[in-house]
Amino acid sequence: MEKKISLYIHIPFCVKKCCYCDFLSFANPSIEEQNAYLEQLCREIEYYREEAKAYRVISVFVGGGTPSLLQEGLVERLFHKLYSVWNMEEGAEITIECNPGTLTARKLAEYRTCGINRLSIGLQSTDKQELECLGRIHNYEQFIANYMLAREAGFRNINVDLMSALPNQTLHSFGKTLAKVLELQPEHLSVYSLTIEEGTVLANSPDLLAALPSEQTERQMYRYANKILSAVGYERYEISNYAKDGYACRHNQVYWTGGEYLGLGLGASSYLRGIRFENTRDMQEYLHPWENGDITVIRKDQVPDTIQSRMEEFMFLGLRMMRGVSKQEFQDRFHISMDEQYGTVIAPYVTQGLLRWQGDRLQLTERGIDVSNTIMADFLLG
Amino acid sequence: MSHIDQKKIRNFCIIAHIDHGKSTLADRIIEKTGLLTSREMQAQVLDNMDLERERGITIKAQAVRTVYQAQDGEEYIFNLIDTPGHVDFNYEVSRSLAACEGAILVVDAAQGVEAQTLANVYLAMDHDLEVMPVINKIDLPSAQPERVINEIEDVIGIEAQDAPLISAKTGINIDQVLEQIVAKIPAPDGDPDAPLQALIFDSIYDPYKGVIIFCRIKNGCVKKGTKIRMMATGAQEEVVEVGIFGAGQFLPCDELSAGMVGYITASLKNVKDTQVGDTVTDAAHPAAEPLAGYKKVNPMVYCGLYPADGAKYPDLRDALEKLQLNDAALQFEPETSVALGFGFRCGFLGLLHLEIIQERLEREYNLDLVTTAPGVVYRVYKNNGEQLELTNPSNLPDPSEIAYMEEPFVAAEIMVAKEYVGPIMQLCQERRGIYISMEYMEETRALLKYELPLNEIIYDFFDVLKSRSRGYASFDYEMKEYRQSKLVKLDILINREEVDALSFIVHADGAYERGRKMCEKLKEEIPRHLFEIPIQAAIGSKVIARETVKAMRKDVLAKCYGGDITRKRKLLEKQKEGKKRMRQIGNVEIPQKAFMSVLKLDNE
Repeated sequence: MEKKISLYIHIPFCVKKCCYCDFLSFANPSIEEQNAYLEQLCREIEYYREEAKAYRVISVFVGGGTPSLLQEGLVERLFHKLYSVWNMEEGAEITIECNPGTLTARKLAEYRTCGINRLSIGLQSTDKQELECLGRIHNYEQFIANYMLAREAGFRNINVDLMSALPNQTLHSFGKTLAKVLELQPEHLSVYSLTIEEGTVLANSPDLLAALPSEQTERQMYRYANKILSAVGYERYEISNYAKDGYACRHNQVYWTGGEYLGLGLGASSYLRGIRFENTRDMQEYLHPWENGDITVIRKDQVPDTIQSRMEEFMFLGLRMMRGVSKQEFQDRFHISMDEQYGTVIAPYVTQGLLRWQGDRLQLTERGIDVSNTIMADFLLG
Repeated sequence: MSHIDQKKIRNFCIIAHIDHGKSTLADRIIEKTGLLTSREMQAQVLDNMDLERERGITIKAQAVRTVYQAQDGEEYIFNLIDTPGHVDFNYEVSRSLAACEGAILVVDAAQGVEAQTLANVYLAMDHDLEVMPVINKIDLPSAQPERVINEIEDVIGIEAQDAPLISAKTGINIDQVLEQIVAKIPAPDGDPDAPLQALIFDSIYDPYKGVIIFCRIKNGCVKKGTKIRMMATGAQEEVVEVGIFGAGQFLPCDELSAGMVGYITASLKNVKDTQVGDTVTDAAHPAAEPLAGYKKVNPMVYCGLYPADGAKYPDLRDALEKLQLNDAALQFEPETSVALGFGFRCGFLGLLHLEIIQERLEREYNLDLVTTAPGVVYRVYKNNGEQLELTNPSNLPDPSEIAYMEEPFVAAEIMVAKEYVGPIMQLCQERRGIYISMEYMEETRALLKYELPLNEIIYDFFDVLKSRSRGYASFDYEMKEYRQSKLVKLDILINREEVDALSFIVHADGAYERGRKMCEKLKEEIPRHLFEIPIQAAIGSKVIARETVKAMRKDVLAKCYGGDITRKRKLLEKQKEGKKRMRQIGNVEIPQKAFMSVLKLDNE
């Protein structure tokens, strides 16, 4: 029987690097650079032709960078290749990340032709000043225009990315952003609290750092988002993700439930046949790899999983989801009970009200979410 | 038999304040005497430990022998004996001096005479050494050789008009120094045919040769096969090899006779058997009397050393044992702490000695250490007449059993530029100093004499002294006596549990202040937990200060990046690793560095 797999395709290009971003992405690529990259990406996909026969693809996620900046025709070329190699499951979730201001009716039509059925639009905020602080290229009006275009093009599953805890953001301005976006009724919302990553422009801007809201305000924003969104029919199914019924992102849930996925493109991560690995992050190396057809030269940091690592991941990834982790499933997968393996870790947190049992499932409590890293770290063995 | 002509030997040392150029002058002397080519010279030949080079100070006394072709056409043997330059090692300085007939006094042409220079000059004079002044760094724009010459004559009271004006760095007038060594420093006397008396001025442990004794032969001679005895420790062995010191290497020779400086190996296994200051004699024909001046050195400062990783306890013991082979002043015995597990209570000559040992353990033996607050040896007199030497605060008997306690006081001399006299007197006052006297050495500088409790100077006195005087102060001290004092034990409670490793003895008047600062510091160091943590300082059952570490509000990763599980895992592993490096007290994790940060409470 065919195994299920998800594919991630990395497009490491953007119009301009945002100040908080530490993703692998190059600003303002030329047409030649885009073409060269796409060509190599297709070679990489082709490489998996044999391996692909054992699998059925349940989701595809084209992320970046900003995949929607690819010039017209390239996405089609990519999917043409993809479909020639991989078997798709009927109704597979196929997402492409977009930035407001880069979408056109023709690109959207191209995506539809490719079978793309979900858009993820990075809005972050509706506030002009907040967007400028982040170094975003768009404004709210461009977002609205693009969003409407997408609806007109027939997209019925749209995610909007928002951010909280931005420089100069207040609970009030955050609330306004939420309200404006909710008028549009997207099927899915990701509301990420800004994380300061080392080496980013933001991390080195004392002025911006000084303008960050306090931890307390950040938590207020988090709780506010959950309160408002659940009131209008979104379910928080993961720490930072909200969806209308039936629209939870399938692709991400593959990551959180230990499913297999293949990352294609520069720096993409994979979990395939029990091995985690990551493609090279060096563009030159990626573009001139496997002279003799051996793709493994671009695979870095190959780490085979172990029972132990799988148990750990089952717990710390599974707990990201609000439904939590199932005792029964743990037992079925690892042939040891969750109590025996983690009882001493779980019990004190349950006592402290940070974890709770909901029937068969172990979940983070509201307070547990706030300090979830501390809790998750305790599920690492040894 | 024919012995080496004593008249052609010059045994001397170099005395200088830190940074006045002792090592550089030693290098020049070695270079000019032609024993080494310039190419072979490392920057500083005498300091061969990495640590010494980095800190710019000399830790262990060492010696080098060179041959000088003088202008009179004769060849002279120079034995240059290096001396440590810090008060902690005063005793070793004194033994090194006893091995010499003369001392070159290096004075910086810009800085002039410093307190420490004085202390060492007096030490040299006590040993009847001929002191030969040299003015160094005359190449500096700020050099004032005339002023310095006058200062030497006025302050020290020795003739300095013909002192060579040199630059050890550029090599100016080094020849004059060499000729003056021949002319001014007396040749050794001593009877080569008398019973053997050799003064041990240093010893090191070599894994192949065993203990190597560095000595000055005062009388008699010693060669391979001689059965030798240490007159103080009684250790006895047959000599395997004798030799002299090349630059950084041992050169075996047939015999060492009166007047010579060299080394002896005799398959001795422990440096403790060959203590600095002891006299080596011939077991078959022993000298009637040992040479004067042997003194057992006792540690002045104690602290607990614990391996950060409990499993490394045996490694720490091995490392301490190895260090002790080379350092008889280092003492240690096992102890346990509720907070830190198994470790050692170690005794040191002073805080610098402690820091050096700690660094060597970390650097040479790759150990990660947790150090408890250093303390001095207190004397506890109990109501039942018992007397206790207390090196670990945890062992203090219940206050109801204690009649009174004594703490060690030192006599301290501080040389300070005039404009900083005020701040320095204030510092001494804060540290419970008792003012003795102040005299102006010259218009711009004063010599302050204070009596200070040792436990007030072992933490950071020297650092604060330097900062309050902008570096224009120097400090020297010697043990004076034990005095009765109002001392209490200050305990620290974290989440209501006493942390034994943080307890320390403090004067009752300073207890509140110290307790408050400890709590503040610990509040900074202890990370927020999932619950609130009170930190309290207490004397007995009375809490005198309190701080609270608030509960953690937020520790959540908003976004789990795509499929990059590895990244998420690394983040959690880092978090877990951080936890591992902490000490668990009750259900509170305390970072290792919290134990040490409380040592530096005065952030000036």
